[in-house]
This record gives sequence, structure tokens and C-alpha cells, in this order.
Amino acid sequence: MSQQENGPVMRPWLDPDAVPFIRIRNITKKFGAFTAVNNVTLDIYHNELFCLLGGSGCGKSTLLRMLSGFEQPTDGSIEIDGQDMAGMSPCDRPTNMMFQSYALFPHMSVEKNIAYGLKRDRLPRGEIADRVAEILKLVQLEEYGTRKPAQLSGGQRQRVALARSLVKKPKVLLLDEPLGALDKKLREETQFELVNIQETLGVTFIVVTHDQEEAMSISTRIGVMDQGKIIQVGEPREIYEFPQSRFVADFIGSVNMFEGQVIKDTQSKVVIHCPDAQMDIEVSHGVSCASAQKVAFAIRPEKIQMSRTKPKKALNLTRGVVQEIAYLGNLSIYHVVLDSGKAVRVTRPNLERADEHAVTWEDRVYLYWDGTAGVVLNT
Amino acid sequence: MQRKSRLVLIAAILGFIFLYAPMVSLVIFSFNKSKLVTVWGGFSTKWYGELFQNAQILNAAGLSLRIAVISASLALVIGTIAAFVLVRFGRFRGRNLLTGMITSPLVMPDVIIGLSLLLMFVAMQNLIGWPNRGMTTIIIAHATFGAAYVAVVVQSRLRDMDLSVEEAAADLGAGAVRVFFDITLPIISPALISGWLLSFTLSMDDLVITSFVSGPGSSTLPMVIFSKVRLGVSPDINALATIIILIVSVGVIGAALAMRKKDMPHG
Amino acid sequence: MSMQAHIAEPGRAGKWVRTVSGWFAGRGRTLVIAIPMLWLLLFFLVPFLVVGKISLSEAAIARPPYLPIWNFEDGILTLSLNLGNFQFLAEDSLYFNAYVQSLQIAFFSTILALLIGYPMAYVIARAPARLRNLLLMLVILPFWTSFLLRIYAWIGILKTNGVINNILLSLGIIHEPLVMMQTNFAVYVGIVYTYLPFMILPLYSTLVKLDESLFEAAADLGARPLTIFLSVTLPLSVPGIIAGSMLVFIPVVGEFVTPELLGGPDTLMIGRQLWTEFFANRDWPVASAVAIVMLIVLVLPVMLLQRTQPDEAGG
Repeated sequence: MSQQENGPVMRPWLDPDAVPFIRIRNITKKFGAFTAVNNVTLDIYHNELFCLLGGSGCGKSTLLRMLSGFEQPTDGSIEIDGQDMAGMSPCDRPTNMMFQSYALFPHMSVEKNIAYGLKRDRLPRGEIADRVAEILKLVQLEEYGTRKPAQLSGGQRQRVALARSLVKKPKVLLLDEPLGALDKKLREETQFELVNIQETLGVTFIVVTHDQEEAMSISTRIGVMDQGKIIQVGEPREIYEFPQSRFVADFIGSVNMFEGQVIKDTQSKVVIHCPDAQMDIEVSHGVSCASAQKVAFAIRPEKIQMSRTKPKKALNLTRGVVQEIAYLGNLSIYHVVLDSGKAVRVTRPNLERADEHAVTWEDRVYLYWDGTAGVVLNT
Repeated sequence: MQRKSRLVLIAAILGFIFLYAPMVSLVIFSFNKSKLVTVWGGFSTKWYGELFQNAQILNAAGLSLRIAVISASLALVIGTIAAFVLVRFGRFRGRNLLTGMITSPLVMPDVIIGLSLLLMFVAMQNLIGWPNRGMTTIIIAHATFGAAYVAVVVQSRLRDMDLSVEEAAADLGAGAVRVFFDITLPIISPALISGWLLSFTLSMDDLVITSFVSGPGSSTLPMVIFSKVRLGVSPDINALATIIILIVSVGVIGAALAMRKKDMPHG
Repeated sequence: MSMQAHIAEPGRAGKWVRTVSGWFAGRGRTLVIAIPMLWLLLFFLVPFLVVGKISLSEAAIARPPYLPIWNFEDGILTLSLNLGNFQFLAEDSLYFNAYVQSLQIAFFSTILALLIGYPMAYVIARAPARLRNLLLMLVILPFWTSFLLRIYAWIGILKTNGVINNILLSLGIIHEPLVMMQTNFAVYVGIVYTYLPFMILPLYSTLVKLDESLFEAAADLGARPLTIFLSVTLPLSVPGIIAGSMLVFIPVVGEFVTPELLGGPDTLMIGRQLWTEFFANRDWPVASAVAIVMLIVLVLPVMLLQRTQPDEAGG
């Protein structure tokens, strides 16, 4: 569902002349001695579905609350659609927020909840009714208008909260863990709904989440946060395939990390001496670093090939014994312990229903990958 | 937004001043040399000396203390059983009646409780020659309304209690009685303590019901204070009030500190 | 309790509850229920029946000072019900006025306590958690000190040569002392003062449960502080307002000490009237009739109202 496959037209962040819709400049927020958000600078473009991804306490929610106006930045500026937000109270901002707890008014019906923001704008009664009906249809809750929040299921409440924050047609919709309170199955369905609604309405979404799968499947771009800083910004594929740091590689998906030392560094390839992997790993892209520098080679479990027989041609090849197998249905996870004692995680799709030749416990296997399978990380 | 919340804050501060100004004035004038309670005549502690020589007040205080301890303990037993029955026994005949009777004393005007109990005692005495009006009747009256307060406090604690803790104990081999004394009672003990303290205080404080049910020669502290206050202000009452305020403050602050200490590990 | 049952149904709370009450099954269970039940029947419910009985009997100079309503003589049971006491209450406007004034004083005291207590409860509920307990303790502390002495304190403050008059006179704001004691003003001050904690505590417990994000959501949707208060905070504090008002209104209706000590002779309150009837006039049947009317007219409706209220305040 993500828009990463679309052409460059839909990817304004690749266009150096594109004007960002939201400009965050050197934003810092301190609570006493604690720095929650540390000098963040970020551009978000019109129509994006941008995810702020990070663990708890990384500052993502504080950043969102500064966008909505509930927290005043200690330093730095925020501009939305060319307008400086400094000193503007939440009720005047062109943003609306969908709260993690939904914050539905328990004493008001679904309709009244949704109409609340429109009433504050003193719209004529007829228009309010029309817009409430329209948004209820969009979130498929036409029949629930007169119910109280307590009479709804978790998924319905989530949709009311979404409708309430969208009905004012904000320039930016801020969503704080919008799917966090839903169970796994519902969450997956709702992800796609959320993306559909975003595409239909053309509102810029900023989503805070700690769930990397969620971030990967819905966003145009992801900003990974840690300790108040944005570590990497990029499209989901970029973040997954080309993490720029150990933190990002480790935080998104699972990864095998080999510590080593650069012994050869040319324009087109790097060779890393890795005692852990019992070999010198060759990577076919250059890394700009001092020679002999300590680096890590990161490779995703699904990028590692595995076989019991020795492959004819393999750029990087090592051996180990299968210690554990976790069968997950669509794929299996193998824990292979190399002769060096290093444990490596390998995933293989289960293509056949009954595979008699499948690798099994205690098998001695060869692990191998080519030069583009992994990345070198020096931070 | 700032201006409005400041207004609310000022209103709240005025509210606290309203709550404490009378108590502060009580304390200040207890150290007044002059007999005219409200005109400052210099610092003196003579009213405290006089208070401690006033046999009537001392006797009344002693009686009140004895009554309060006994009636609070009785109230604790009755109230706890009532709470346990209402929370854990499920449905039984007369459940609504018991609920109604245990909560009604909380909202019933004192004069009605006092009058009805007295008439009941008089009728009983005519029938079976018991009880004689005095300490016994006061204790029964106080235990009855005290039980209502204990029941409310203990009920809410029992409801909040995690049942799986009891299940765990049973699973590890404790019988039902063991579970009650080893697990349930310690867990609800804060409620038992506050319930006891509450009925103790209410007993020490009660004037109206006590006046109805007491007999000749059994005047409690509030009854003595009331008859003195009716005649006008007197500085030794201020001294008495100061002592009570001191005891209560030490008790409440101590309890708060103890609770804070207990809560510490949870942050 | 068998181990197997446990394995089959792990973590089922109902199982154990049934086992606990199993211990109290049959006779044991009845016995446990009987303890509070009998006590309350004997010392709470039956007394009301006695009051009802005596309210229907005739006053007499005797010990006890009333005539029995039934007589068993020569094998004939005669029952003589005397409605005279109630007739007396209905005819003497003193009692009617006392009932009305009790309601009036209770009503306005409740409103005043609400107006003073709400901002206090609000500030405490919105205070940082650390400060909250301290402030709450400050509200509860006066409640633990003697009720009588707190009323007494106001005598010293309000009387002609009391604290307020002394201060105002010495500042030259007034030249004649204000008469505040033995007025309804003093009664209001005393009642609101003593019952304020009963208003604040339920209000606080309702307000503290309100999620901060509700107010933020309202602000985010464009509401100004006053609108947030009127459209979100106030409607959601209704359960606390009702609970607090009950806790103030009901006991104030039957209040005796405050009107007796702070009020004047024209402060007619029904509790005070009952006291006078009983202690000064020694008319037990009329006192009983006053109590019965008070129960029927004032207390029962409020208790029924409370029962029909959905149990929201309890949480």
C-alpha cells in the first residue's frame, strides 16, 4: 500500500526544489534537566504519511505534542504551510490530533463527538450535520451516530476518534499510536484503511508509532528516533535495506551483525576481516572510512543462503551447525552456530508443503551471500 | 488560559484559608493571657494548666476514650463481616436489606438515629430490664454507625483486591481459613486500620446521638464541651482544641508519611 | 479443591470464590450473615418501628412519658392509634416553617459548598501527583478534628467582640461592630465550613479520574478554556457534584449543633425542633412524629433518588 513504488513525482523529498509543507528547525524540548527532543530538524511534504518511529521515551510523542501545541519548544521553530507556529495555542493551529487513548468525550454520542470541533468553528447547523454524515460514511459508522463511546468496540472507537480529528479538514493530522490499542488482526486491516483514507482526503498525516511493521506498511517515509534525535529519515525500503547505523539496522527487523576491521577499501569494494564469521567479508560498495577502522557488517536473515552441499560459486562463504529451528508457517527461522561460536539467524521461505530435503537439526550447513546482500556500518 | 487558571488557583487558596483560619485562631487564643478569648492580652499557657485541673473535662475525656476504643473495635468486627458478606457471599436472602441497613446510617440525620435508638433502649429496658442507659448504650449506638463507615471502607478494598492472590495461596495448599488469615486479612489491613480510626474519631466527636442515649452520670467529652460552649467562649476550651488539633495533625501527617514510605518502591 | 480442576480452568476467579463461600456453606454461612444482620435489625431498623409506634401514642406524665398504643385487658386487645401528634405538627406553623427553613438552609449551603469546593477540588485534581496527596490531606485534616470545636472556633471569630469585628474596627473600616452571631449568616458559615470536605472529596475523586487528554482533545478541536469547562469538564463532573451534594444536603437538613450554637432564636431547623421537643418539652410522641415526618418528607425521597442514580460516582 505504501507509495514507495510511485514515480518521482510523488516523492517530493527527492526533488531539491520542492517546498516542504512542514518545516521543523532545530527543535529542542527540555523537561528540567531531561532533554526529550534534541535539536531535531525535519522537512515533511504535502500529502505525506510520515511515521515517527522509536522506542518508548525516544521523544517521538513530545515532538508530536509540540506540533499540536500542547508543549512549547525550548528552542527552535515549527512552520506549517508557511506559517510560524510559535505561541499559537492548540485551538488555533491548523492541526488536529488523534489521541492514543482516543480521548472520546464519554458523555457525548458519536455524532456529538464528531460535531464538537465543527461547532467550535460556529458552522451552520446544516453544514455540520452534512459533514458529520459524510465522515461517518467514510469510516463506515453510519449506523452508530447516536451511540455513546462506551457502547462501541475498540475498532469502532478508533474510527470515531479518526473521524473526529479529520472532520475539521486539518492541514496536518497528528496520530499518536493510532493503532496501538487494537489487537493484531484488526490492526493489520485498519492499517490499510488508514492509508486509503489518507489518500482519499489528501491530508498530511504524521504518525507516531513504536511498531516498525506498522511504520513500514503505511508510511511514505519514516523518521527513526532515539534519545531525542532523528537518526535516519527515509522511505521504508531505504530504512530496511540501507540502515545507516547499528541502531537502525537492529531496531528495524532483525539483523546479523559481524564486527570486523576494514582491510581493503577501494571504489568498488570493501573487504572486512571478521574472525566471528571465520572469513574476510567482501562487500561490493565503497565505504568512506579510514583503513583498519572497526566496523560492523550487517546482513538480514533472509539475505543469507543456506545449503548442506557446498555451493559452486560463493563470494562469502562460511560453515556452521543448525541448532534451533522455529517453524512459523510461511517461513522458518534457523539458528546456525558457526564454528567460531557466533550464532547466525537465517530465514528461509517454506516453499513446499512437505520438504524431505529440508535442512534439519544438527545439520552441518554452508552459509553464503553475495557482495550486495549486506551493509557496512561504521556508526 | 493563564489568567483563568490563576483565578481558579486564587479561589482554591481562599478556600484553604477558609478551612484553616478558624483553627489557627483557636490555637492562637489558647495562649492568650486574657479571659476575653478574642482580645490579645499577652502570651500565657495558664489555660492549659487550668484544663489539666478540670476534673469534669478529664473524666469526660477518659470516658470518651474508653467508649471510642470499645465501640470502634466492635464496629470493626461488625463492619468487616458485613463487608465480607456483601462482597464475597454472592446472592443470599436479605442481601438488599443488609445493604440498605449498613449504608443508611451514613446519610441519616443524627437526631433521628439518636431518638430512635433511645426509644428502642427504653422499650427494651421495660421489657427485659437491659440495657441501662449509660456507657453500654453509647457504645452500642456508636458501634452501629461506626460499622457503617467500616463496611464502606472495607468493601471498596475487598472489591479492588486481586482474587488470583487468594487462588494462588489455595493452589499452594492453604485451606480457606488459612487463606483468610494469611492473605485476605493482611491485604485489607490498611482498610481495617482506617475504618477503625474513622469510627474511633466519629465516636470521640459525636454529640447528638450520645446526648440522646446517654444516662445520668455518663457525660462524654463532646457533651461537656457543648454545655460549656453554650454558656459562651472559654479559653480552656481553646486549649483543649489546640491539644486535639495537635494530636490529629501528628496522627494524619504520620499516617501520610508512613503511606508515602510504603509507596516509595513503586515510584 | 482438586489440582485437576485447577489445571483444567487456570485463573478462573469464580472457582475460588465458590470455594471460599463453600467454607461458609450452609449453617456457617448463615451464622456469618446473621451477625451483622441481627445487630443492624436490632439497633437500626427496629428502633424506627419503635419511633413509629410512639409517634402514634399519647403523651403522658409517666415513665416513659407516653401511653401504650395497645392494651390487653379481660382478653380483649384494644389498639388505640393517636394521630393527634401529626395533626399537631400540621396545625402549628412553627413546624412547617422549620421544615421549609431546614430545606432552604440545606439547599443554599449545598450550593455554597459546591461553589467553594469545586475550584478547590479542581486545583487538587490537576496538581502534580506529589502535591496532590498533601493538599488532599489538608482537606481531610479538619474533618478528623472535633466538629464541635470547629463550630466553636466560629463563635470566637463572628461574635460582637470577635476577631472579625476587632480587625475591621481597628482598621477603621467600620465604627460599630457588625452583628453576625445568632444570625442565619453565622449558620451558613458554620455549616458550609463543617461540610466543605464532604463536598470536596467526591468532586476530587471524579475530577482526578478525568483523562487529561480529554481536555487536550477539546482544545485541539478548537475549544477555548471556558468552552472546555462548560462542554467537557462540567458535564463529566456531574456524578461528583451529585455525590457531594448528597453528602452535604442530607445531614444538613437534620443539623442541630450549628443552628443551636451559631443561630438565633429565629433560626428554625427541624433537627433543633426535635431536640427541643424531646429534651425541653419531654414530649416523646411529638418528637417521634417530627422524626417520622422528617424521614418521610426529607430523607426518603433523597435516598430513593440516590438509588436510581446510576452508580457512576463509585467508579
